[in-house]
Amino acid sequence: MAVLQMQKIHICALKSNRKQILEELQRKGIVEVDNSGEEDQIFTRMETASMKNGYEKRAQNAETALKILDTYAPEKTGLLSSFEGKKAISSKQYYEQVKDQEGIFRTVNRILALERHIGEDRAGQAKAEATLETLAPWMSLDVPMNYRGSRMTAAVIGTLPGTWTLEEIMPAIAKEQPQLEAYTIEVLGSDRDQTCLFAMCPGKDAEKLEDALRVNGFARVSIQTSQTPAEYARELEKTRDEYAQAEKGAIEKLRALGSERENIRFVADYYTLRAEKYGILGGLLQSSHVFFLNGYLPARNAEGLKTRLEEKYNCQVELEAIPEGEEAPVLLQNNGFSGPTESVVESFGLPHKGEIDPTGIMAIFYYFLFGLMLSDAGYGIIMTIGCLFLVKKYPNMANGMKQMMKMFFYCGISTTVWGILFGGYFGDVIPIVAQNFFHTTITVPAVWFAPLDDPMKLLIYSFLFGIIHLFTGLALKGYMLIRDKKYMDCLCSVGFWYALLFGLILMLLPSDIFASMAGSAIALPGWLSAAAKWMAIIGALGIVLMSSRESKNIGLRIALGAYELYGATSWLSDVLSYSRLLALGLATGVIASVINTMAAMVGDGIVGAILFTIIFLVGHTLNLAINVLGAYVHTNRLQFVEFFGKFYEGGGRAFTPFCAAQTKYIQFKEEN
Amino acid sequence: MENLGLVLALTGAALAALLAGIGSAIGVGMGGRAAAGAVTEKPELFSKVLILQLLPGTQGIYGLLVAFVALSRIGVLGGTAPTFENGLAYFVACLPIAIVGLYSAIHQGKTSVASIGLVTKKPDQFGKAMLLPAMVETYAILALLISILAIFNL
Repeated sequence: MAVLQMQKIHICALKSNRKQILEELQRKGIVEVDNSGEEDQIFTRMETASMKNGYEKRAQNAETALKILDTYAPEKTGLLSSFEGKKAISSKQYYEQVKDQEGIFRTVNRILALERHIGEDRAGQAKAEATLETLAPWMSLDVPMNYRGSRMTAAVIGTLPGTWTLEEIMPAIAKEQPQLEAYTIEVLGSDRDQTCLFAMCPGKDAEKLEDALRVNGFARVSIQTSQTPAEYARELEKTRDEYAQAEKGAIEKLRALGSERENIRFVADYYTLRAEKYGILGGLLQSSHVFFLNGYLPARNAEGLKTRLEEKYNCQVELEAIPEGEEAPVLLQNNGFSGPTESVVESFGLPHKGEIDPTGIMAIFYYFLFGLMLSDAGYGIIMTIGCLFLVKKYPNMANGMKQMMKMFFYCGISTTVWGILFGGYFGDVIPIVAQNFFHTTITVPAVWFAPLDDPMKLLIYSFLFGIIHLFTGLALKGYMLIRDKKYMDCLCSVGFWYALLFGLILMLLPSDIFASMAGSAIALPGWLSAAAKWMAIIGALGIVLMSSRESKNIGLRIALGAYELYGATSWLSDVLSYSRLLALGLATGVIASVINTMAAMVGDGIVGAILFTIIFLVGHTLNLAINVLGAYVHTNRLQFVEFFGKFYEGGGRAFTPFCAAQTKYIQFKEEN
Repeated sequence: MENLGLVLALTGAALAALLAGIGSAIGVGMGGRAAAGAVTEKPELFSKVLILQLLPGTQGIYGLLVAFVALSRIGVLGGTAPTFENGLAYFVACLPIAIVGLYSAIHQGKTSVASIGLVTKKPDQFGKAMLLPAMVETYAILALLISILAIFNL
């Protein structure tokens, strides 16, 4: 439970070592590089944007090639393959494989070219198909499409809009050109949109005939070729088949390249790393012979890195404590038990300067509350074993995923414990199975009590857990104030609240309201109830008088103090919010028993047993999924809103080291 | 008329399942449409937006839960048929989760839609995006609690 102490590091080294030093820092991934710092006449920044863009472009091309391979040569993946994570390689293997990168990149370009090729082939096929379609009505024409007639005659080939028959066309021509008589016209074919015509007349009348037709919307045929439609169609079909053949060939080639996938993944990451490195390089101040690198790193790694760099290279490394007033980046460190819940804290916000890391204490409550909300031993065991199995089976799992699995592992243990305490094993499956299939009555006793029999009891315990949770939050606030030697603040904003709240709770215990909820009244000795009363009064007075003590105006001070006291209502709503522990716990158990009851309705015997199993499996899978989601969401809420609300703000900047974590497919093995 | 108590209690149970279920269906439906849009742009966010889509689905389950507990006590799945007054009491006890379930699921659905938009733009803010719809659910949980406590203590 700690925010790691950071230090500043300043490295000054010869340019000849620049590549090695940067690559070493990148592999180690423990330094966040800080690029602030002024250029001057001697130290300037290097122009690396074009190199960086070049490598980014290459990485992008490799990614595109991978996507293309996924389309044409899909990889066979298992159901759980998303847990596999990145492939671990040693730096020796890495440098070995880097030698082949140009060759692999040629493959990438080849894949991109093949894909373009496929696109062109498809476009060619589509074009041929489209032309074939427009050619269809002309198929009965047995002269070339661009035929203009013989020496003495003229031929007019074209279309009229709409559907026309010969009986309609001839009067239309006669109406326009009454003296035109020597001509012949043939309807080749027609559809809804057009009528295809072939007309012939003596050469001198050609213009008149065409004019007469044009008045009715005639247009000459757009396909101009010296072949007859049938010949042209054969040629088009041939072209189309050639394109199809070429497409097939290209796809075959792509399939064959599927085996290159691993290599391409490697270069994609390699180029990403290079681009990253050039990004860092562009921020460094350099003279003609040396370069400077400033940054932050965890203090525990500082000495080690300094020694190593100074031994290995010709360089000067200086370490410096974080100056007062400077916000260092935040990195949390926690043990294996609480570490998995770091991501919960991160998603709320990392501690800002001077705040403690709440992870350790929060983790205890997190597991506790999660288990209470799910509270079923069957579900808990499934979660525990499932997470353990996945973590062991896939050691290279992405770190975020691994932490999540570990978190659910501990949540699963807690769920199991609560399930045993409340007597829930897949709801009430044991008594139901015993009654349905074996006709005996077995009851599974709860170790503590069954919430369905006594929900009020669990409600009161939920409030109790809530009060403990909230008071812990307030105590942490007090701890931070005492640590910063703000004793007065601690008394006013923590001490008085404790007095008031303890007093109020003690006054509530013997009251009728509590007795009606708990079923039995609690009698307190006289001195204690008197003390409770005075505690509450002192607390309330203290809050009214002292919470705004920086205000000079007495009236304003008391008014603000009274408003602060009004905040007691938020404590009430905070405590009531923990009633969700009961509601969600009941929800899991009741829905589980609904499923069991439904499954038992099909009766006994072999068919009954089979149907029971199916309904049981489907139903409980659904119930588990939805209740894990509910427990997760609401545990987070109780931490973020109720618990953190008492002492924690967050808002720190995460430590983002210069490292190899941006890679997608490979990771470096831990080595020294 | 001697069955009036049972009819009333059954109406209450049906309403709990009906209204809360309708609310959840609307809420999850809204979330699903937004999630589908988000996935067209960023398929890798599928599991995150799926969780956000599912959040308004709990009201329907709470409704089912109350209905089931009621059914198991009024002589349908167990217990004995209630008298008129008792049946009326069951009816009233079912109302909180029925009505609050309906409205909170719809509003939670709207909040989920907004959160899906948030996650699409800033996938790292998933924790906060999930919390916003969960706030709405608080009131459904409170209603569930009252319905359950009332039925258990009848």
